Amino acid sequence: MTEFLFAAAGFVLAMVALGLARILRGPTIADRIMAAQLLGTGGIAALLLIAAATGVPAAADVALSLALLAAFASVAFVQGTSGPDDSEATQGR
Amino acid sequence: MSLALDIFSVLAISAGAFFFLAGTVGLLRFPDALTRLHALTKADNLGLGLVVLGLLPRADGALGALKLVVVWVLVLVAAGTVSQLIARVAQRVGPSP
Amino acid sequence: MTLAWAFDAILAATVLAVAAWTIVARETFAAVVGFVAYGLLLALVWVRLAAPDVALTEAAIGGGVTGVLLLGAAARLRGTAGVLVDERPGAAMRLVVGVLCGIVTAALAATVLLLPDPAPTLAPEAAANLTTTGVGNPITGVLMAFRALDTLLEKVVLVLALIGVWSLAPDRFWGGAPGPERRAQPDDALVFLARLLPPVGIVIGVYLLWVGADEPGGAFQGGALLAAMWLLAMMAGLATAPAVSERRLRLVLVAGPAVFLAIGLAGFALADAFLAYPEAYAKPLIIIIEVVKMLAVAATLGLLVMGPPERPPQR
Repeated sequence: MTEFLFAAAGFVLAMVALGLARILRGPTIADRIMAAQLLGTGGIAALLLIAAATGVPAAADVALSLALLAAFASVAFVQGTSGPDDSEATQGR
Repeated sequence: MSLALDIFSVLAISAGAFFFLAGTVGLLRFPDALTRLHALTKADNLGLGLVVLGLLPRADGALGALKLVVVWVLVLVAAGTVSQLIARVAQRVGPSP
Repeated sequence: MTLAWAFDAILAATVLAVAAWTIVARETFAAVVGFVAYGLLLALVWVRLAAPDVALTEAAIGGGVTGVLLLGAAARLRGTAGVLVDERPGAAMRLVVGVLCGIVTAALAATVLLLPDPAPTLAPEAAANLTTTGVGNPITGVLMAFRALDTLLEKVVLVLALIGVWSLAPDRFWGGAPGPERRAQPDDALVFLARLLPPVGIVIGVYLLWVGADEPGGAFQGGALLAAMWLLAMMAGLATAPAVSERRLRLVLVAGPAVFLAIGLAGFALADAFLAYPEAYAKPLIIIIEVVKMLAVAATLGLLVMGPPERPPQR
């Protein structure tokens, strides 16, 4: 059973790697922002499988934090594409 | 009983992995950002959901199972909303990098 | 266990590929995305190296806080792209730098690979004496009891770093608040997310603090998560950046190291040494320090990302 869980985790990680190769190359900005979301969810799936496979329950806590932080990182990137225009208004340096 | 649970776990996790595969194939083959986003979210929601379902019998206690479900619900809501934001960026910025 | 080895190999290859891509990427924004992706993958690596505490910190800092910091820096540098191209060093200089980087990398690799086996470590002694600290997680025991002095100094360094960032403000803005005057109207979806995630994030942050006594976790990880939630609320316009001269804010920032220092000095009276805890009260004292530290770390990290004041103070 542990071998199967490791195999599943490795498979999910390989899918994430393939997906990354595509969206990091992808021409538009929206493609690149998807990288954080893909890594977040794929990483969470791999972590939960590893937690069950190796009997390290703390990995589930890391998955919990990753869920929040991947969403936060994506939001930060979305803001980063539109935010800078506002800071020009208050350039005081 | 535990053999049946093991078979259930294997089936559910394999189905989840299949959805990750389908999502990645969509990510690689779809023509533009919005369709790729669609593939990404389907893979994540269904793929992660089935993986969590398959891991539930192996969770340690009610608290461990609850943690798994909370992770999935959190990812569902957060990923769904973030997809909206990414889609608006894709529409606003347009096809050029 | 060859399947575990295969998983580790895929993970290592992906990390290296993302790192290489980050260095080669042309635009700053793309490079920052790659850097955040690299940080999230590193969290997986730490879990595989049996260090879940470090994985939590890596995810929170490398994946969350540093990404926003770099994006802010990239936005401020946007106007200087032309100057950078003019000042590019010549081919000879780049070759010399490349060779030196290669030598440093080789030296680091040799050091790691040639470590004596088993490596010299104090881990057995720490594990043997863990019961005297009252906590079950050896990392928390080392951070808060055996090497508490290092942790105290780190907290002080954080406050000093924040003062350094604040000092970058022009004189007329001193005492004001960071961030632009008005933000563009945020997305409804973003506002929804910012109303939903922070309560969940606060619960998980406090959970990480509490569980850090006996399982991987701790005050720093919880505080970093709280800082990320605060930044999320600010990005959606649901919270405003506080003015740097606000009294309560400064109290929260200073409380972390101050309480730690006070308990340390009390150690002279109660247990014969600086930062020694009396045997029976070790765990409650550690909990007090950790709670105050979590709030201080959350406030400090959030303010570090927000940057120096950019508005004149309100009278």
